[in-house]
Amino acid sequence: MNEMRPIMAKVGIIPNADGSAMFSFGKTVAIAAVYGPRQLHPQHMQDPATGILRVNYDLLSFSVSDRKRPGPSRRSNEISKMIEWALIPVLNLKDFPNTVIDVQIYIPQADASTRVAGINAASMALAHAGIPMKDLVCSVSVGKLDKELVVDVDKEEEDFKEGEGATDFPLAKVAHGDEFTLLQLDGKIQPELISKALAMASDACDEIYEVQKKALKGSVGE
Amino acid sequence: MNSINEAHEAVEEEFSEPSKRSVVVPGEIVVSGEDYLPGEGVRREGENVVASRFGLAEQLGRVVKVIPLTGAYVPRRNNVVIGRITDVLHNGWLSDIDCPGNGFLPIAESPRFINQYEMDQFLAIGDIISAKIWSIKGRGIDLTIKGKGLGKLEGGFIFRVSPSRVPRIIGREGSMIGLIKDNTGCSITLGQNGWVWINGPDTEAMIRARKAVQYIADNVHIGGLTDHMDDWFKKN
Repeated sequence: MNEMRPIMAKVGIIPNADGSAMFSFGKTVAIAAVYGPRQLHPQHMQDPATGILRVNYDLLSFSVSDRKRPGPSRRSNEISKMIEWALIPVLNLKDFPNTVIDVQIYIPQADASTRVAGINAASMALAHAGIPMKDLVCSVSVGKLDKELVVDVDKEEEDFKEGEGATDFPLAKVAHGDEFTLLQLDGKIQPELISKALAMASDACDEIYEVQKKALKGSVGE
Repeated sequence: MNSINEAHEAVEEEFSEPSKRSVVVPGEIVVSGEDYLPGEGVRREGENVVASRFGLAEQLGRVVKVIPLTGAYVPRRNNVVIGRITDVLHNGWLSDIDCPGNGFLPIAESPRFINQYEMDQFLAIGDIISAKIWSIKGRGIDLTIKGKGLGKLEGGFIFRVSPSRVPRIIGREGSMIGLIKDNTGCSITLGQNGWVWINGPDTEAMIRARKAVQYIADNVHIGGLTDHMDDWFKKN
């Protein structure tokens, strides 16, 4: 139950972007492209004190079995904002006043845990774009099937109905140290299980970090 | 056209005998110990020197720094850049230099006197200039075209390479770019923002020079690239 689906990561997949990356958990695939820092328009959004981060997350229409209606939705807006908050703690946007860093995250293939795959891809793409960062962000979802904790939830586990039902607990963490930048909870979990879930996620994040690091280093000299 | 003189100085120190090089990711410990001084792209955390960005970590004496390998151009003072005039104002020109913010070239920074009402006869919208950044204040980048090799670029063509590859294309003390100039007979101006302008005796030589620049940009990680380029010129 501590096992994640096979992880794959690649950097530099979009030549036109300043930085880009792909990250996948088994059948879930996320691609991220970073543009900037660049001039922010509309001008009234510009902040002379700091730069801003603008994330756009979306599922592609063919990524799920029922066609997803293309374009922004309540769900994608919400997840975009939340990914933004998960990434800002490692960035130093004060160095780039009046500018924006655009992060585009798309999911070409979805099998649950798309937001955490998106965060992993975005974190690598930001590093690839040469943006000063405190650390990489690693992200994983912990699930609870009836009474059992599992790491890296897939669609089948997400739809689990028996017993207490399924819980989805996506979280993101700064690679070194114990700082969590995202905690969401969809479902029910006993308070005493949370510390166990965090410990499981930490171990999984260490594994993800190694993959991210390897992909970034491997992109040099291609 | 030798507008990259200033750029050479910056490159000289970057490429003089780095003792150790390795690729690092943000948050990775580059070296531990109190003896080291954090340079660009790194920071000190307790007794460790930690990378702040993705790139090549280099140790020069006691100074440790990270040279970025990818990313957008961030303007610095004294950089020579190539830009395109986007607007003619009453007191100067606005120029797109491919970075956040426009470059402003005041009328007083042109090498000769220009009548305020005939500014577009000197530089019109769409003209390409090579200019030097002489100050960066809050918002706005001020340019100058007073200096050797700076000014309007006529003839030839421009194209873009990744800005982080520019120091390598120039090479140590301009060795690499000198090699291309000698082999193709073209004059090349490299902007730190990644725009390259090539002008030469004939189109074929210019295309050959462009291919050479592109080849270096795609193969920056190869050691001893200058020697390698000698072979490349024999083949192409």
